Amino acid sequence: MDDLVVVSMTVNGRAVRRAVSPRQSLADFLRQDLGLTGTHLGCEHGVCGACTIVVDGRIQRGCLSFAAQMEGHTVETIEGATASGRLAALQTAFRERNALQCGFCTPGILLTAAEFLADNPRPIRDAIRTALSGNVCRCTGYHAIVDAVASAAEALS
Amino acid sequence: MKPRPFKLIRVDSAEGASEALARHGEEARILAGGQSLVPMMNFRVAAPAVLVDINACTGLGGITRTGDIIRLGALTRHRETATSTLVADALPLLAMAMPHVGHLAICNRGTFGGSLAHADPAAELPACALLLDGSVVIGSLRGERRVAAADFFRGLYTTAIEPDELLLAVEFQARRPNAVFAFHELARRHGDFALAGIAASAIRVGEMLGDIAFVGFGIADRPVLLPSVARLAAGALPRLPQIAALKEALAADVEILPDNQQSPAMKAHIVAELILDALGQLSRKGTA
Ligand SMILES: Cc1cc2nc3c(=O)[nH]c(=O)nc-3n(C[C@H](O)[C@H](O)[C@H](O)COP(=O)(O)OP(=O)(O)OC[C@H]3O[C@@H](n4cnc5c(N)ncnc54)[C@H](O)[C@@H]3O)c2cc1C
Ligand code: FES
Ligand code: FES
Repeated sequence: MDDLVVVSMTVNGRAVRRAVSPRQSLADFLRQDLGLTGTHLGCEHGVCGACTIVVDGRIQRGCLSFAAQMEGHTVETIEGATASGRLAALQTAFRERNALQCGFCTPGILLTAAEFLADNPRPIRDAIRTALSGNVCRCTGYHAIVDAVASAAEALS
Repeated sequence: MKPRPFKLIRVDSAEGASEALARHGEEARILAGGQSLVPMMNFRVAAPAVLVDINACTGLGGITRTGDIIRLGALTRHRETATSTLVADALPLLAMAMPHVGHLAICNRGTFGGSLAHADPAAELPACALLLDGSVVIGSLRGERRVAAADFFRGLYTTAIEPDELLLAVEFQARRPNAVFAFHELARRHGDFALAGIAASAIRVGEMLGDIAFVGFGIADRPVLLPSVARLAAGALPRLPQIAALKEALAADVEILPDNQQSPAMKAHIVAELILDALGQLSRKGTA
């Protein structure tokens, strides 16, 4: 085994201090060590977006950083974002528009859409598609997802 | 899809990074945004024994202007470059290229220095750095040196950076008055690497274009200047050159390499079309 590194961070508002292996990804750490299994791992090389999480207020890939790098950082997962209520409009729209089937991609898409809408409160459809281009969904064919983000934008404005 | 075990060294200054690199030599790699290195480690294409994490370094980020020189620190995130008004005003080519670079989550993390140091032949920023004649500032315990972009890219994922060296910043001359730019690429999906692309610049006086230059990317083992294409385009003005002539000029400038999807002939055709788009954009009034 490799040497463990002690790291302190805030996860969903809670202070967390753990010894981790340097090679453990942040996404694996959240799932395996903290039991936050809403963060999914699809490709583990940055292309599918299922592992999207929020660090210091900005989305990033949970599979492309290491837990050991998170010293002093603030991490928010789909569990934390849901509990805070900040995704409620998007989540309602996703339910109403059937914008998920298996739900594997959904946490990543919700967090991505939330950051996009915060910067672009009145997006055109094409801009929504571009913003979600880094999130793969194998079930829905995307139309319903774009619909849901558009109607959440309307509901929020 | 997990990386090999490695030792993580977290440094908070460029000097600290240089010391770690000097100590661990070829075993060590710099970890910046991790958006290229970590995928390679997960695939085990790369297996460094030591990672030197520079994300907490102060003084390595930020976009600043001193007189006519714009400096982008190595740790400048793509998102900052994409949204910077300084970049939009003084380096419009970069502003045009940024929307093609990666997705939102990638851009929040990926860095300017990392993109240049990684030297993916299909990446946008190395092509821009070459066309804009950027000066790459590199440091180590041995001191600081500058390498012109034309000498910096040495081949596939290969640059002038030595194992003990750190990319500190890239400096560009602010746009000259009347300078116009164009940037076009073909990608299968927004945010993906280009199948092929073109960056172009010229000086426009009234209806006339002078000093035309092109860089092609995604076509060889590094971004390449296309002087024969530029001569052909200048000679044809105010009309556009013929596609067949463009392909001949292109062949004189570069031996186009295939990738896993396209033959050299297909790439040559794509590039020729992109060059026509770029020329159209350069000639149009009211464009940047
Ligand atoms: C899904 C996906 C899509 C992408 N699409 C695009 C795209 O369309 N266009 C594009 O250009 N890029 C794209 N990228 C790559 C992205 O832009 C990377 O962020 C960038 O290429 C590398 O920057 P980084 O900071 O992440 O570097 P890292 O991954 O941390 O490092 C890359 C390499 O550079 C070295 N390095 C980094 N910084 C320094 C430094 N300061 N000094 C010395 N060496 C250094 C590292 O040791 C490593 O070898 C994509 C990535 C992903 C995952
Ligand atoms: S698992 Fe991270 S992007 Fe696919
Ligand atoms: S709902 Fe199944 S992958 Fe998107």
